[in-house]
Parts: sequence; structure tokens; C-alpha cells
Amino acid sequence: MAQRVAIVGTGQTDHKSHRADVSGREMIQEAVQRALDDCELSIKDIDAIVIGNMDHFESINYVDCWSVEGSGGVMKPIMKVTTGGTTGTSVAIAAYYHVASGLFDRVLAIGWEKNSESDTTAAIITCSDPIWDRFSYSGAIPSLATEASAYMKQYGATQEDAARIAVRDRNNAMNNPHAHLRRPITLEDVMASPMLAYPIKLLDVCPRTDGACAVVFAADGKAQKLTQRPAWVRATSVRHTYTWFGDSTDYDAGLVSLQRASREAYLKAGIKNPAEELDVAELYLPYTYAGLKWIEDLGFCGPGQGPRFVGDGNTDMGGKIPVNPSGGVISTNCIGATALLRVAEAAIQVMGKGDARQVPDVDLALATGFGGCFWSDVMILGAGRP
Amino acid sequence: MATERNYDQLLTVTFAQPMPYEWSVGRHGSRFFQEIRERQRFIGIRCPSCGKVYVPPRRVCGPCYVEMHDLVPLSDQGTLKAFSIVNYPFLDPDTGRQRPIPYTYGYIQMDGADNIFSHIINETDVDKIEVGMKVKAEFKPEEEMQGHMADIRHFAIIV
Repeated sequence: MAQRVAIVGTGQTDHKSHRADVSGREMIQEAVQRALDDCELSIKDIDAIVIGNMDHFESINYVDCWSVEGSGGVMKPIMKVTTGGTTGTSVAIAAYYHVASGLFDRVLAIGWEKNSESDTTAAIITCSDPIWDRFSYSGAIPSLATEASAYMKQYGATQEDAARIAVRDRNNAMNNPHAHLRRPITLEDVMASPMLAYPIKLLDVCPRTDGACAVVFAADGKAQKLTQRPAWVRATSVRHTYTWFGDSTDYDAGLVSLQRASREAYLKAGIKNPAEELDVAELYLPYTYAGLKWIEDLGFCGPGQGPRFVGDGNTDMGGKIPVNPSGGVISTNCIGATALLRVAEAAIQVMGKGDARQVPDVDLALATGFGGCFWSDVMILGAGRP
Repeated sequence: MATERNYDQLLTVTFAQPMPYEWSVGRHGSRFFQEIRERQRFIGIRCPSCGKVYVPPRRVCGPCYVEMHDLVPLSDQGTLKAFSIVNYPFLDPDTGRQRPIPYTYGYIQMDGADNIFSHIINETDVDKIEVGMKVKAEFKPEEEMQGHMADIRHFAIIV
């Protein structure tokens, strides 16, 4: 059987649109040092490292080699894992596998991005098939917008319903000192913002951010000595659909990868009613409509019920299942770090280190990753040793 | 570099050179473009295991993980399943220049196929386009075709 594993420390940069003061590897070092400080370890205590970011984005393809000064990987086992938007959860899950295997006791997961160093949309387009999809594909925003168009047609959801998600997440970001966009917004601000790709407006979608995140995973027996309240990994799940956009976008069926990944994770963690049993969720919601639709795929509510579930305040701070106390992806999006930030923020909630963004008495926290071609990762963390 | 630089500020280094690639379309994919050029029709491929018809045709059915051989003719019409009107400027990595906007990105279920085909719809007025509409492919003149997705000029709304 797998060894039990817990998160014992997290670190992240203070996220900004452009960090001209540091190179990528210097920025990575900031997050790593903060994660080590969080659990009072030195880099000498780290047995192995898993690092990832978006291929092509900075035109540095051997990130594991190039970054070693920043990651602390000099003369250590280090691997690059990169899976698009899910990269951050993939490095977390791979670091978990390292420790769960029993081969390593303390493993560092790192995700980072300097979006300021290239044209994000052009870079994302290179993830699509060069012969069949690239001709019409125009990056993340319009492909997500197609999902929104189908969802609105199917269930009658409105642009105002979606705007509610941006208002929730952006206002939550006011409580997170690391967040990139920290200016409160109103429903009217969202509705008045420019239309980028119908039905997505500027304030419906995530920003481009420079930032990094690092998380320390430790084995059972070691974890309890490093921190009083480790965040135990209760379940992980990974589901990838096709790489062709036309094959992964059956909107009648919903976001199938997230449905399957979350059901597997709930089963492993013994969760029967996620909205009742989970205490907080840090969800990879890159645009507002995902905050309506994907909570249905996660089973927080039934199909088409997202707008009402959110409108009734269930996902607000103090609600039944607060979503994105950190401000989420709509407030901070250093893409290769984005899903790892969801894991780190979920761990922070379990460890009780959330300060102004802390949800009281968190026993179970959900983190998700989204990316690639409608792919999903899920990680569930808990206060109790499994 | 001969560009004048302000050395009092934090510096960046720029790369802006073309990097050419050449991608193989494959046997079934090449046949797809040949059919478009010679007969102005679409072809798909049927999985012998699950029966699903894919367009464009490719070698392997992912879920069944079996090789497919059964090419099937399809019509040049389909149903719009989802769309977005792209209205923000961005670099096109195919050309290194900004792609002309606005344009409408559409997911089309071709009649006779089970998956979705992505292409461009020639309607950018949000009041005139709706999920569920029937659309029909319009092709470039044969002499302008290049064995490229742009051989299909766009899809036009017919209902």
C-alpha cells in the first residue's frame, strides 16, 4: 500500500503582471525559500523535486535543467512535469506519488510562469493541433466561450449569473496579500467591461500573471514532526480526454474529465455529498461561467442549478462551501503555478494559516486543476491522518 | 543589436525570429484534403469497435485504442453546437502577425459524424447566430487550395 503523505509547507510569490526585477529562475527561488521557511526546512532536507510550467511560454523547454539554481535542484533528483493548465496539480500529484511510493521522504513541487515574457494567447495556440485546430483556434478565451454559449443555450444562464462569480472571487482576493488583482469590483463593472469573445468580457476572465508557487510534501512520521497540523493527502485523481478540441467538447455531457476525476476522488476519500462534507474548495476557474457549470460537474448541485446555488450565497465566505477564498484564478493566473496555488491554498486552509482568508475549522478541502484540452486533476486534503 | 536602449532601466532581451516547422498530415488526413479538393465533400472514419464516426479521419480511436480503416462519406452540412465571436487582438503563431478580427469560432457537428469539427462561421453579429443553427461549408476555388484547413473558406448559416 502507498505511504501516507501530507503537505507541510507552502510558499508563493507576491504576484504581479510583470516582474522585470527577476529572471524566471530567480522568481522560482522566492517561492521555494518561502515554502522551506514555512516548514523550517533547508534545501538540504529536500530529497527530490518536481517542477513544471507551460511549454513554449518562455521558450525554455528544459525547465528542470535551466532552473536548478532557483529550484534548489543542484545534484538532486529533479523531473519536469508539464500538462498545460493542469501543470500545477500534476506537479503536486507527481510529488505525492514520489513520497507515497516510499522512495522519498520530503519532496518539493514547484509551478511557475512569467506570462510577461511572451504573447500568452499565441503560446497557448501552440498547444493545439498544428494541422487541424490551429487554423481556427484562438487561445483559451474563445474555446471557453464556446462552452459558455452552449451552457447558456441549454439552461438559460445569463451573463449576469456569470458576473456574480467574478465579483465573488475578486472581492475574496482583497483578503489575500499575494493576489495579483486586488481591487474590488461590482456586477456593473463586469457587465460594462469590453467584450473579448462573446459571451466572455474582460472581467469574466483570468489575468496574465508573473509568479511562482512551491509546496513541500512529507511522509507519514516525518510530516507530524515538521508541523502541528499537516494537510494530509486524502485523494488524487487525473483524467485527460482527447487533444482534439472537437472530441473533448461534448457540451451535452458536460465537463466529463472533471465529473470522472471528482467522482473517483470522492470515492477514495469516502465523500458521499461533496457540498455538505467539503469545508472549502479552491477551484481552477479560469473564467466566470466555469464557476456556474463546473460546480455542477463537481456534484455541488444538479445540472443547470449552478446560477441558483451561487446566487443563494452557498459559495461565498460563510456559505455552505466557500469557493476560492484566495480570489482564485480570476485574480491571479501565473499559469504553470495556477493549479499548484489551488493545492497550496487548500493546504493553507487545512493548516489554519489563511489569516484574513481563513475559513473556520476546515477538515476537508478540495483543489482542482483544469487545462490542456478540457482536462481535469483533483486533490482532496484533510486535517485527519487517513 | 543596434536598437537604442535605455540602460538606466531594468533590461530585457528580445527574440523575434521565424522558426519553420513541417508537420505530416498522415494517410487519412491527406485523403480528407484530397476529397475536399476533388469532390468538395467531407469524409470521416468509423471505429470498428464502438462505431463512432470521426471527422477529420485519423488512424486510432482513442477510447477503444483500435486502428480504424472504414472511411465514410459525409455531407458538407452540419449543426452549430457552440460558438464564440473572437474580438480581441492576438498574435497568430502560424503567421507571426495579428489574426484579423472579429471572426466567429464554431464547433460543428457534421451530419453523419459523432464528434465535433472546429472551424470558422461567416457571421459575427451575435443577434444573427445561435446554437443549433444548420451550417454549410463553403470552399475556396480548387486552384487556390493548398491541402490546408483554409481550403474550407468557412461555414455559412443556412437556416
